[in-house]
Amino acid sequence: MKNESIGLTWFSHIVMFLFAAICIIPFILLISASLTDQSAIIANGYSFFPKEISFDSYSYLYERGTDIARAYGVTIFVTVVGTIMGMAMTTLLAYPLSRNETPNRNPIMFIIFFSLLFNGGLIPSYLVYTQIFDLKNSIWALIVPGLLMNGFYILLMRSFFQSSVPPALIESAQLDGAGEYRTLWSVVLPLSTPILATIGLFSTIMYWNDWQNGMVYITQPEYFSIQNLLNRIMQDVQYIRDNMGSNSSEALKDMPSDTIKMAIAVIGVLPILIAYPFFQKYFIKGIMLGAVKG
Amino acid sequence: MEQATSAAVPLDVLKGKKRKNKYRKYWPLMTMMIPGLLYLLFNNYLPMAGIVIAFKDVNFAKGILQSDWTGFDNFEYLFKTSDAYIITRNTILYNVVFLVLGTVLSLACAILLNEIKNKLLLKAYQSLITLPHLISMVIVSYLVYAFLSPEVGFMNKTILPWLGIEDEVLWYFESKYWPVILTLVHFWKGIGFSSIVFFAALLGIDEEYYEAARLDGASRWKQIRHITLPIITPIIILMTLLSVGRIFYSDFGLFYQVPLNSGALFETTATIDTYVFNGLMGSGDLGMSAAAGLYQSIVGFILVVLANYSVRLYSKDNALF
Repeated sequence: MKNESIGLTWFSHIVMFLFAAICIIPFILLISASLTDQSAIIANGYSFFPKEISFDSYSYLYERGTDIARAYGVTIFVTVVGTIMGMAMTTLLAYPLSRNETPNRNPIMFIIFFSLLFNGGLIPSYLVYTQIFDLKNSIWALIVPGLLMNGFYILLMRSFFQSSVPPALIESAQLDGAGEYRTLWSVVLPLSTPILATIGLFSTIMYWNDWQNGMVYITQPEYFSIQNLLNRIMQDVQYIRDNMGSNSSEALKDMPSDTIKMAIAVIGVLPILIAYPFFQKYFIKGIMLGAVKG
Repeated sequence: MEQATSAAVPLDVLKGKKRKNKYRKYWPLMTMMIPGLLYLLFNNYLPMAGIVIAFKDVNFAKGILQSDWTGFDNFEYLFKTSDAYIITRNTILYNVVFLVLGTVLSLACAILLNEIKNKLLLKAYQSLITLPHLISMVIVSYLVYAFLSPEVGFMNKTILPWLGIEDEVLWYFESKYWPVILTLVHFWKGIGFSSIVFFAALLGIDEEYYEAARLDGASRWKQIRHITLPIITPIIILMTLLSVGRIFYSDFGLFYQVPLNSGALFETTATIDTYVFNGLMGSGDLGMSAAAGLYQSIVGFILVVLANYSVRLYSKDNALF
């Protein structure tokens, strides 16, 4: 019996080790491809062990870094502003809904809930944002469509408030003369850091990774986020290949070389890989919190 | 003094005052919700009215509202083409494979994770397997491209020669490989995440059940079969039903970015979401795309309601509504 249990533990370790390896291997290929000399890539293709290491692609990108720097500027601005605005909006909606005294609670819950079940879809949203609000080619087009992520997070935060903030505490704060805003800020929020951290983190990741809004609403390169820049580079390569057939290798010569392409992707993903060890704990906790509450 | 005044006021006036007071008291709570509710109105509810364009011959020169009504023409065109069949089939088939295989794989991973008692390694595994979930689909498309690039990809330059296959494969032109490729990419990105979800459920199981089983001499395998699985079956059923409700929606990024939107792959990579998107971005018909979008919204809505109804039959507490 004991042997069997040890066998199972070993088996688990082996499987999880292999799984973990599979998860990071593509990143290793990406990084090593970006460090390979272009001529070695033409001869041997992308490989895990570059025959000739070269930092040419990175120095090329460094020299022409304005596009990348600007794209990062856009991404950081959108992420910070969007997350702060979205968190404020989510909290201000979730808190009153967590209080039994709030009038008309049920209809409002239904409004949120129904928005989860039915939506007009991409094309009507596009028409609202371009025809009514004129957000096309504005930085707000990258921020506004994602503000509440989806109604699920409002419900998640509301149920956290309900389960983790004792109503007696709110009552006593208000007996001491605190208004609703004061109560929310000084009593409720300090008790709710886990859910705030979770939703803030998910919102940050969502904004950082978003490419769809940029593709739909942005045509001017100065508002490209880093994801949109990466996307555009890949699309251009594919466009030439699709439309020029056998002549494509001629035209592709002017495109970023194979190694530079990989280097741009590394620059796009590196901040996340570097930051991940610091927030992975909260990320995993957040997934579990969502799983348990949802 | 105060009592004397209120006694002098007629009863119905007092009641009105009380109601006014009630609203005044909750005024701050009500105003808090205004930004969020306005946002929902514009972001979620106004577009719902926009579904009328599925019934119009959209003409930007005339404006959306002034465009001519065409009744169900857009739907008729859509369902006359083979497109409607292909995108519906792909959306549903991929989702079924992702759902069935994905549940089995992530549950298996969760059970294996639960066997690992070394805290440090457990954390390391968890972090590494959830890493792909964190990465945007644009980056994923680059990772896949590093393997599949026809000229310099790892598959054509290293793996196929190893296997003794001489001919290079033009991956982005051969639609027959993509069901496998997309399934692998989907699992690579998502299994870690969903196994953590199941793992969270396993952590909630009371340790006493296992202790009792051990005293009775049950092997670890028997414990898994007779304790772990029965306890989390309701969660599996619940999550499956909820996914069934989403079966008409596809992971847009996966089907759009990873095949690089290559036209040659339409047969096996187009889903309702990519079809609608391409219609909007100009390579398709806007009216037909809007019709496809409405088709998705309505069938999707019906499926969610049906799925929830089945959850209710199964367990009332777990139903969403």
